[in-house]
Amino acid sequence: MKINKKVLNKIFIGYSFLGPPILGFFVFTLFPVVASFVLAFMEWDIITPAKFVGFDNFIKMINDQDFWYYVYNTFYFVLAIPIDLAAALFLAILVNQKIKAVGIFRTIYFFPVISSGVACALIWKWIYNGDYGILNAFLKYIGVHTPPNWLRDTTWAKPALIIFGLWKGVGYQMLIYLAALQGIPEELYESANIDGASPWQKFWHITLPMLSFANFYLIITGVMGTFQVFSEPYVMTGGGPMGSTTTVVYSIYLNAFQQFKMGYASAISWFLFFIVFTVTMIQWKYAGGKNYYY
Amino acid sequence: MHSKKIAGILKKTVMYTFMILLGLTMIAPFIWMLSTSLKEPANVFIFPPKWIPNPIVFENYAHAWQAAPFGRFFLNSIFISACLTFGSLLTGSMAGYAFARLEFPGRDKLFLTYLGTMMIPGQVTMIPVFILLKNIGWIDTYKALIIPGIFHAGGAFFFRQFFLAIPKELEEAATIDGCSHVGIYWRIILPLSKPALATLGTFTFLGAWNDFMWPLIVLNSPEKMTLPVGLAYFTGQYTTDWPLLMAGSMIILLPVILLYIFNQRFFVKGIVMSGMKG
Repeated sequence: MKINKKVLNKIFIGYSFLGPPILGFFVFTLFPVVASFVLAFMEWDIITPAKFVGFDNFIKMINDQDFWYYVYNTFYFVLAIPIDLAAALFLAILVNQKIKAVGIFRTIYFFPVISSGVACALIWKWIYNGDYGILNAFLKYIGVHTPPNWLRDTTWAKPALIIFGLWKGVGYQMLIYLAALQGIPEELYESANIDGASPWQKFWHITLPMLSFANFYLIITGVMGTFQVFSEPYVMTGGGPMGSTTTVVYSIYLNAFQQFKMGYASAISWFLFFIVFTVTMIQWKYAGGKNYYY
Repeated sequence: MHSKKIAGILKKTVMYTFMILLGLTMIAPFIWMLSTSLKEPANVFIFPPKWIPNPIVFENYAHAWQAAPFGRFFLNSIFISACLTFGSLLTGSMAGYAFARLEFPGRDKLFLTYLGTMMIPGQVTMIPVFILLKNIGWIDTYKALIIPGIFHAGGAFFFRQFFLAIPKELEEAATIDGCSHVGIYWRIILPLSKPALATLGTFTFLGAWNDFMWPLIVLNSPEKMTLPVGLAYFTGQYTTDWPLLMAGSMIILLPVILLYIFNQRFFVKGIVMSGMKG
């Protein structure tokens, strides 16, 4: 009886702390996850009653050329990640020098990361403006007579978003690389110096291998982030021209909240989960579950 | 020795030149935004474009603040971000305390459930949460922006990890002095967790301030919109009024600039600890 009372007391204290958070967690996370799974097998426009359709949504997805075009667009953006990382590493090495005022430059390179995506996208939409944009004014000034109308050109819209993404995100990757660079033991370089290694050799044989975890982490987060790109195409291109900048998440938004195909949109969101899950599993396998940055 | 010194100076000069050039590239879009926001609307369509406006006018800010109305969006953003931050810190630290410090049946299973959902992208739960809110009549309310957002599993996980690192001896002494668990949580654990609270608080505020997709989905009336949604909404109405839109962008960015300058160490720490979504 006494033990029981003690256990009851523990349950009471435990759940008075955990109760409110767990209630919210059940209502706004766990239940929606289950509901989303069920929805993926339904057809529902919110107004008329929902209808169970089995695997129809997934079959529709596989046969939907637009959907695969959006997946292709997303992968196109994924291919820009190595460019981002190379630029970020260059910046990180630059701001890792022990010279004066280097902190100011770190701050400046990092600033776009914390700035509102919508505001930044709008600034760049103005920069990319075909007739009055400062970019084309500059290009004309240096002798490019017919610069492209960036965001309205199916060929140039994706590269334009990639350049914007590089500017917006490079500071984050720089900071992760910087933390990794500062974690490399000084002794490694000292002994390399004794062996008479050149700076280039030191970079290839010490710095790069020591950054392998940071590389891996940034590739993973980069892929996951790219699959969830939304505000950039929404503000800058509206997903166009001709759907050429519509990403997977943007298509979820269009299906669910413009066309009210709740079931189909849920099915696509599970495709998104599948990608994120696969990528995370690869990360766990290669990083052996040791995740330094979480 | 002498030539080594010259080489050193040369290296530094190259470094600084690179850093300054890259810094200018990074900052140029912001300068261009500021410059455009201070121009008379007709003056933005002049070729070649001018970096320094002539004349410098502030009417775009007045127009954005009152007519657009960014003043209202600003207050909405402040209110929503503050509520979300406070709420997330409270629920996150309560759950974190229970997971880190209390023993009760079901704890570990619940924690695993929390962890398991962290990998699921927000876009998966977005649709059911929208339908749920629609059914209880919360669409187009502040509640729809605040309440679902304060229960993220990430906060509980973050605080659990932080609390586990706090020595248990402090609590044991307090228990002997007759302190309850509520007392330990409120008077010992939370005060010791100020850095964690500040880091997560800064991040949650920033995330809420910049968030776009969710407010876009649940808000319809302009008077309830946050700054990013309001800005996007008015982009549709004032398509070519670039000075007005740039003034609006400036209004979103300025508080972040200030927050960043004063809280820089929490930003950097939080970034490296958790990673963030743009």
